[in-house]
Amino acid sequence: MTTLTKTEDAPAPTGPESFLSVRDLKVQFSTEDGIVKAVDGLSFDVERGKTLGIVGESGSGKSVTNLTILGLHSPRSTTVEGEIVLDGKELVTASERELERLRGNKMAMIFQDPLTALSPFYTVGRQLSEPYMKHTGASKKEARDRAVQMLEKVGIPQPKMRFDDYPHQFSGGMRQRAMIAMALMCDPDLLIADEPTTALDVTVQAQILDLLKDLQQEFGSAIIFITHDLGVISTMADDLLVMYAGRAIERGSVREVMREPRHPYTWGLLSSMPRLDSDVDEALTPIPGSPPSLLNPPTGCPFHPRCAFRDEVPGTLCTDTRPSLGDGRAAACHLTAEQKQTIFIDKIQPRLR
Amino acid sequence: MSDNLTLPAQQGPADVTPAEPLLEVQGLTMHFPIYGGFPIKRKVGAVQAVDGVDLTVGVGESVGLVGESGCGKSTTGRLITRLLEPSAGKITYAGRDITHASRREMAPVRSEIQMIFQDPYSSLNPRQTVGTIIKSPMEVNGIEPEGGREKRVRELLELVGLNPEHYNRFPHEFSGGQRQRIGVARALALNPKLIVADEPVSALDVSIQAQVVNLLKKVQEELGIAFLFIAHDLAVVRHFSQRVAVMYLGKVVEVGDRDAIYNRPRHPYTHALLSAVPEVEMDDDAEPRERIRLSGDVPSPIHPPSGCRFRTRCWKAQDKCATEEPPLLQISGNRAGHLTACHFPEEPTTEARDEDVILDPALQALEGSADQG
Amino acid sequence: MLQFIFRRSVGAVVTLFLLGAVTFFLFVAAPSDYASLACGKDCSPQRLHDIREALGLDQPLAQQFWNFMSGIVMGRDFPTGHCNAPCLGVSFYSGDPVWSTIMDRFPTTLTLTLGGAVVFLVVGVGAGMLAAYKRGSMVDKVATGASMVLSSFQIYFLGPIVLIIFVYSTGWMDNPQYHPITDDPIKWFTGLLLPTLVMATIFTAQYTRMARSSMIEQMAEEHVRTARAKGMSSKYVFFRYAWRGALIPIVTVLGIDISSMLGGAVVTEITFSLQGIGRLAVDGASHKDLPLTMGVMLFGAFFILIFNILTDIAYAYIDPRVRLS
Repeated sequence: MTTLTKTEDAPAPTGPESFLSVRDLKVQFSTEDGIVKAVDGLSFDVERGKTLGIVGESGSGKSVTNLTILGLHSPRSTTVEGEIVLDGKELVTASERELERLRGNKMAMIFQDPLTALSPFYTVGRQLSEPYMKHTGASKKEARDRAVQMLEKVGIPQPKMRFDDYPHQFSGGMRQRAMIAMALMCDPDLLIADEPTTALDVTVQAQILDLLKDLQQEFGSAIIFITHDLGVISTMADDLLVMYAGRAIERGSVREVMREPRHPYTWGLLSSMPRLDSDVDEALTPIPGSPPSLLNPPTGCPFHPRCAFRDEVPGTLCTDTRPSLGDGRAAACHLTAEQKQTIFIDKIQPRLR
Repeated sequence: MSDNLTLPAQQGPADVTPAEPLLEVQGLTMHFPIYGGFPIKRKVGAVQAVDGVDLTVGVGESVGLVGESGCGKSTTGRLITRLLEPSAGKITYAGRDITHASRREMAPVRSEIQMIFQDPYSSLNPRQTVGTIIKSPMEVNGIEPEGGREKRVRELLELVGLNPEHYNRFPHEFSGGQRQRIGVARALALNPKLIVADEPVSALDVSIQAQVVNLLKKVQEELGIAFLFIAHDLAVVRHFSQRVAVMYLGKVVEVGDRDAIYNRPRHPYTHALLSAVPEVEMDDDAEPRERIRLSGDVPSPIHPPSGCRFRTRCWKAQDKCATEEPPLLQISGNRAGHLTACHFPEEPTTEARDEDVILDPALQALEGSADQG
Repeated sequence: MLQFIFRRSVGAVVTLFLLGAVTFFLFVAAPSDYASLACGKDCSPQRLHDIREALGLDQPLAQQFWNFMSGIVMGRDFPTGHCNAPCLGVSFYSGDPVWSTIMDRFPTTLTLTLGGAVVFLVVGVGAGMLAAYKRGSMVDKVATGASMVLSSFQIYFLGPIVLIIFVYSTGWMDNPQYHPITDDPIKWFTGLLLPTLVMATIFTAQYTRMARSSMIEQMAEEHVRTARAKGMSSKYVFFRYAWRGALIPIVTVLGIDISSMLGGAVVTEITFSLQGIGRLAVDGASHKDLPLTMGVMLFGAFFILIFNILTDIAYAYIDPRVRLS
């Protein structure tokens, strides 16, 4: 196991490989009840051709982050601060017109529920062709050929005929395939998949996940994969970011985070989840309480009201100082590296067997 | 409020053969008619939601019912609690035929069979206090517990891990997990013998799911209540249920104890289902699991395939599967109580095969070209 | 689609027949007797009998009803002469055939309705869409505010004010009156301009609010967000994706509004003293004139049913889920 030697305050460097780089992103919504701090000081990088998994529960800010990258938040009620750099281009300050040129072209998105995310009013073929014609200047005929080719690639039988069908004539799994085909029309460098299989059945989910992995091999896109499901993320991602209450609380490769998690919240997630090979006589260990309201998040570490190891940290550090997340493999927690290791080996690991 | 639901260590082996059956279901069928035509509307077809399901739940036993959307597992739950009237078949509860029991005939049984629903938001009346919600089953059934209803409600609140002081609060003042606890308390109000839980944790966040699963498990073990646990999450069902039935398109395709279904499955669909579950790999020495990727989606229950309903997506299907419906039997190699409805069953293991089963055309194409290249 | 139209047409005819029956028997069951009303104060039994005979009121009820309904399809003979199909009978009060009376009055109502519809669709829906597109801007605030104020006005309040300003005090316009378009298109236009605009103003306000809110609702739809995520321009997304869905509630209300206006824009017609269908309906009811009331009622019901079918056809055109199911 690697030991934590780096100081956790050092800013994360923007490496030459990092293709998308998000720095200190803050997203706030003004609502009738007050200001919601949906994302609060988030930084991460995505490498070309790699998959970054973002895992978190509802309200953790994972979806908001990605809508913000695409600039799809409502500008009237949202304030965005920080930096989002995609392949050298700053997106937070970019004009709507510049964003339009990038969306669907350099960066594309796959949404959770393909039934509501595809327009019921236009044929699947038209919805696929539109962005291709817009971004590449292709003719209708060329766009059609490309769309049919993509539909075939994602495994839609008789793609020439299905081109003229409407989304409601597709089954759930086929709709999500069409959505993937749509996202890949312009061969994007960055693909954001927001819970793309949550609405699907488990056997169909397995098909779609494998399809995404295989297509990534072929297209070489970087993927940001958002989900609440640790099982899904561990089969999909290379790197992992765990989010809680609008902040990243742990980062590392999937292997590192799943096998040697360092944050009490990640410990909680892993030990509250039954697995196909876990001991059925052992009770699950839930995280007490509920996720916090983002209108009024807890001071200090946002997880402290639910944390079982708060007493191990001296003084009031947890309640009044926000722990920072260092670069590389890191966890935003006031426990020392030694404490984390001891607790994990003594108390957490036995539960996961 | 306590979230620590530490349980006493379970006595004896996990897989117990039930002493006596509490609920017996035979040939349970629910066909929802489809009407159409002009000028007079008539029945033009039927959604065969449930088609000849046999199931037994023993006293104090927890039986899991798994399957994907449209397999009829929820409908089965609603038929058993008599929220729906079955088209055919027989439901026997504690030796009494309740298949078509009238309201009055159901009355004594009604209090013994309770239901917990998926959505803790919509299954509680927002205008009633928690006390009223939990009390109402007692009022409807005219039950006056010792010490009064309010005292009983406070006991129940405590039992499910809520503060008894919250008696006068409204559902919106509680979080999702707490609301599901209220649902559990309501189900427990009449000292039921059987609880049908329809996806009780699916709407909850991962960290909250475990709280509710532990609560249900505590209730089941400490109060000896039998459960029919309906869910699509195979890991949760495995954690909760001693026996499991797998459904596909309105039929039970395999049923057996936990070990039989999860470690020694015979039906190709059970294999496909287990292999599709994405799992966190905790260590390197774990046995690699088999990889099966079906093609397409589940066919429509309006026109289900002839013979074996899984044959259209099955890699072992032969002509016989289209003409003859496989009966649910203890096939050779199965232990007692492990029944499989398949003409050409698989080996009883979930280990990786020499060659993955890939039926999905897109995966075939993409992975085939990758191998050559 | 054809089968659908056929089915719905058959349904509409049956509905019209049932409606006719219900109105007829309700009217007959009402406590007042038209014959004794017509007979006046010094009524002799003989005179009453004659009036009854002349109006056909001496026949059995079923026979009266049958005569009325069959007359619509086949025409009918009266002592005064033959009444061609569609014969809605002869007015008790004026003695004129009901159908020709309705046809005399209908152009006024039709002009009002179509003129008004053009105004409130173009201005109302247009302003609503603009407000939704520029949500939160000054344009939006003005449109929302104005529609709020205007929709709380009433025709019988706004009408007299407009008349006082444009007709009585300044004399810029003549008293509103219908002129056939074939006689003088300019007079046809100016004659009903004031009532049309007053009526349209109220509706414009309602359509502005409806168009704005349904556009805003549609803009929040997930598929609209997907279209934006594909890089389609906000204008394109607005007019192609959101607009299509926003049409559905607009078409629904439009169908109801137009059909009920064609059956008589009562308040407008009375406020501006116009001789339209609405006025006719009021007259028929106050004179207890059975054939006239039934005629106007069936005439109005006919439009409601027709527009119901048209609305459903429009749904099928807008939404393929309706068309293909």
